[in-house]
Amino acid sequence: MMTTIASAAVVLLLLWLALWTVVARDAFLAVAGFVVYGLLLSLVWVRLAGIDVALTEAAIGGGLTGALLLGAVGRLRGTENEVAAEAAGAGTRALAALLAVGVTAALVLGVLMLPEPVPTLAPLVVPNLPATGVANPITGVLLAFRALDTLLEAIVLVIALIGVWSFAPDRAWGGRPGPRYQADPDGILAYLARVLPPLGIVIGIYLFWAGADHPGGKFQSATILAAMWMLVQMAGLSDAPRTDHRGLRAGVVIGPLAFIAVGVLGLWTAGAFLGYPDGWAKPLILVIEIALLPALVLVLALLMNGPPSRVGAAR
Amino acid sequence: MLLDVFSIVAIVAGAFFYLAGTVGLLRFPDAYTRLHALTKADNLGLVLVVIGLLPQVDGVLTALKLVLVWLLVLLSSAAVSQLIARSARRRETRP
Repeated sequence: MMTTIASAAVVLLLLWLALWTVVARDAFLAVAGFVVYGLLLSLVWVRLAGIDVALTEAAIGGGLTGALLLGAVGRLRGTENEVAAEAAGAGTRALAALLAVGVTAALVLGVLMLPEPVPTLAPLVVPNLPATGVANPITGVLLAFRALDTLLEAIVLVIALIGVWSFAPDRAWGGRPGPRYQADPDGILAYLARVLPPLGIVIGIYLFWAGADHPGGKFQSATILAAMWMLVQMAGLSDAPRTDHRGLRAGVVIGPLAFIAVGVLGLWTAGAFLGYPDGWAKPLILVIEIALLPALVLVLALLMNGPPSRVGAAR
Repeated sequence: MLLDVFSIVAIVAGAFFYLAGTVGLLRFPDAYTRLHALTKADNLGLVLVVIGLLPQVDGVLTALKLVLVWLLVLLSSAAVSQLIARSARRRETRP
């Protein structure tokens, strides 16, 4: 009874926050609402016993996306008043409202029309999980049964980074992204950037390692590690990397490449792309995870850094 | 039994401090007093909740993780409130 009331309160709060995020006039407030929405949503996932999803939602949905949006707000600040002054015509508004209501109605219908019981492959996964050697079913599904999805995810992130980089002006191509942050070297930010990263790196690697058997994994871990790197940059303790650095670029692509290599290897050893030969599932999953982790850290941090904006190498 | 009572008392006290901090956040007039209410009351609220949860966990490791969570929140809220206050101050002096 008590938990039902608490759940209902959280759901109402979520709906209200979602609405507030959409109607907020100020972009900064909208992003603040979105971050709180993400954190609250991760509580909902905890309640639904989806700890892995909750961790990802808190790290990527609330944290990383929130930080990216805050960066966007900062860039848009100069033009925000002009945009706010432009009022959309009645026709546009009606069309937007119609579209929004239509999508919502379609989603509601879709949920209501789900067959009972909901179709699931979980009973098939559970008896086959020991073959993968990992005890966390989420990791097992992501890296054995649905490895192709994870591979494409990793590749999409690299493509997203290329997309961001291609916004660079010609003269800055290959240069360092973003501003060189200046902060008081004796200030609280520099202090935090010295104290927190050692802890954050340990926690990030712990989450990564625990991901085999418990909730956790490379995405959550990579977000924390990337956040530590960003903290060090923002405190002015180190500069953003040059985007034409060979090692950096190699680090970005090595993860997906290792994944594809393991996949192609499966063609010979297991008779299927991304197949694992008997008894080799756990070591191969580990190889993929270890190769993907640095790539994810680099991609997430570089996405935060944005397109190269400072004049690159003289050539 | 006694430990359960202890947990309930500590967590309810923690929730009270959270409530007080939130009331302060909503009622106080400017950024500094709001930060003051929020960070102080919430840190106390969190430590009470953590102390209340400690007898309920199985194993020293989980207990240590809870304490670590408290310390991390303490560090981040102290640092972030300093940063917010500094940015509010800068906005004041440079209108």
